[in-house]
Amino acid sequence: MKKKIMIFVLAVSLCLSCLAGCGGGKKNSKGVVKIYNWGEYIDEEVIQQFEDETGIEVIYDTFETNEEMYPIIEAGGTSYDAVCPSDYMIEKMIKNDLLSEINFDNIPNMKYISESIMEGSKAFDPENKYSVPYTFGTLGILYNTTMVEEPVTSWNALWNEKYKGEILMYNSPRDLFTAPLELLGYSINTTDEAQLGEAKELLLEQKPLLQRYVMDQIKDIMISGSAAMAMAYSGEVLQLQEANPDLAYVVPEEGSNYFIDSWVIPANSENKENAEAWINFLNDPEIALKNFEYITYSTPNTGAQELMDQALLENPAVFPGEEILKKCEVFHSLGEEGDTLFNDLWLEIKDAAVKS
Amino acid sequence: MSKKLLSTPYLIWMIGFTMIPLALVVYYGITDKTGAFTLQNILSIATPERMNALLRSLKLSLISTGICLLLAYPLAMILKSLKVKQSSFIVFIFILPMWMNFLLRTMAWQTLLDRNGVINSILNFLHLPALNIINTQTAIIFGMVYNFLPFMVLPIYNVLVKIGDDTVEAARDLGANSTQTFFRVIFPLSMPGVISGITMVFVPALTTFVISDLLGGGMVLLIGNVIEQEFTFTANWNLGSGLSLVLMIFILISMALLAKYDKDGEGAAF
Repeated sequence: MKKKIMIFVLAVSLCLSCLAGCGGGKKNSKGVVKIYNWGEYIDEEVIQQFEDETGIEVIYDTFETNEEMYPIIEAGGTSYDAVCPSDYMIEKMIKNDLLSEINFDNIPNMKYISESIMEGSKAFDPENKYSVPYTFGTLGILYNTTMVEEPVTSWNALWNEKYKGEILMYNSPRDLFTAPLELLGYSINTTDEAQLGEAKELLLEQKPLLQRYVMDQIKDIMISGSAAMAMAYSGEVLQLQEANPDLAYVVPEEGSNYFIDSWVIPANSENKENAEAWINFLNDPEIALKNFEYITYSTPNTGAQELMDQALLENPAVFPGEEILKKCEVFHSLGEEGDTLFNDLWLEIKDAAVKS
Repeated sequence: MSKKLLSTPYLIWMIGFTMIPLALVVYYGITDKTGAFTLQNILSIATPERMNALLRSLKLSLISTGICLLLAYPLAMILKSLKVKQSSFIVFIFILPMWMNFLLRTMAWQTLLDRNGVINSILNFLHLPALNIINTQTAIIFGMVYNFLPFMVLPIYNVLVKIGDDTVEAARDLGANSTQTFFRVIFPLSMPGVISGITMVFVPALTTFVISDLLGGGMVLLIGNVIEQEFTFTANWNLGSGLSLVLMIFILISMALLAKYDKDGEGAAF
């Protein structure tokens, strides 16, 4: 009998050491942290650095859309420790009790996060309890300085008849309506039919001036100089400017939409402290800067901003300025009725004939 | 027994990938969010924007089917008159682009037709007026014809090569001139190919939403775009399915009409 127990113990310890061996086999391993992030949304060296400095092993998975990520967290089959969704999705996750409160004592680097971004985060995380901003971006106007003479400061540049046939707008209802709603001084999250009706009229007026409604092709069209002005998200503007230095970006003075992608810790996390260590590490100014240089999405980390070149800081695609940022709003989920309302108005605009 | 066994994979395929999805579309189409029966989804095609989009789609797909037929028939005749080696080479060349993804080819045309695109640069170099068809209905028709032409050529060609030379010679012997031979012998005999060609061009042309987005620049709303938006933006599967059912009715009508001309069912695709 004793022999059997011995064999059992041996077998178990053998298995365990084997498992430990499979799990990277690091000395003094402090456990793991399971990260779930957007694809291409981190400098891979940063992961390595984190492992080296903390001894925590990183298990890294990626997703392509918020909608793809949500059901996986909801199902809870894999218990991720840190996830990086966008604003409206965080709002939904908080509402459905999928997140756990972050212990900010473990994240001293929180002090570097820009206050205006923390303020903006309150739109989806009202008490700043669940999320730590990772990147943000704005919706603005991308224009070609060799084709547009006057300085672009306002959304009404997209209604300038001089550039008939040279203007691009986004082919998605929420983004499209941001421009007229800001011009009219209404919230981009309005579901007031009268306000949206006014916005629709503006867009109908604008349609004859447009070259087309586009999504991702905006990049190619603007790089090749086939259009003078376009609605665009700031995220990849730096890369576009590298491809075509004539491109400039501005967040219109009326305000705009901005998105915030933040780190959150799911409620079923098994390594919460490691997740907090991860978030803290990413907000080390040096690391945040290194990461920014790789992904080029604006960082809310003021420490990293201080280390940046002046030229970068003056680029509105990287940092649009406190004043304007205060006027920007994040998108809220409008629910089924709101979405249907936007969709019906969008259909009316798209149906309007311009040229055959 | 063994024959039945052999058919199981196809049975599973048809049930799993055709019947069940179709049943789901029907189910979603005639119910609302709560699962209660409603005709609202189907009737919402009557709103002016959606009806316009449907009519526009019908118009554009009919025009492109017509153009495809006009282009494909002579080509199929030429192919028939060639020796086997030559014609198979030309058929090969013809379907070569289909090895590439349909999306990529359409995006390539977007770049080619662009105002500062390749074609306009060449025209400009030759001091010819620029071609401004990108983002218009003309560009969409162009894209449809380009993408779907092989689906018209191949079935017609397949039927034509089966018409023996002796049939044509017999017609000539009996006193028909070449025009009469064509209209009274060759064309009627090739109807099955024409019918399946028309079906194979008309149906994808009617339902496309990619071509109108890429070559139409989102400026032209087709019924395919309306349905796509119901799934991707409003996430209203019920409405999207209801509209799909309406589209299916149009496809069924067109196929029923065509089937009248194709009683023998010889219009096998390729």
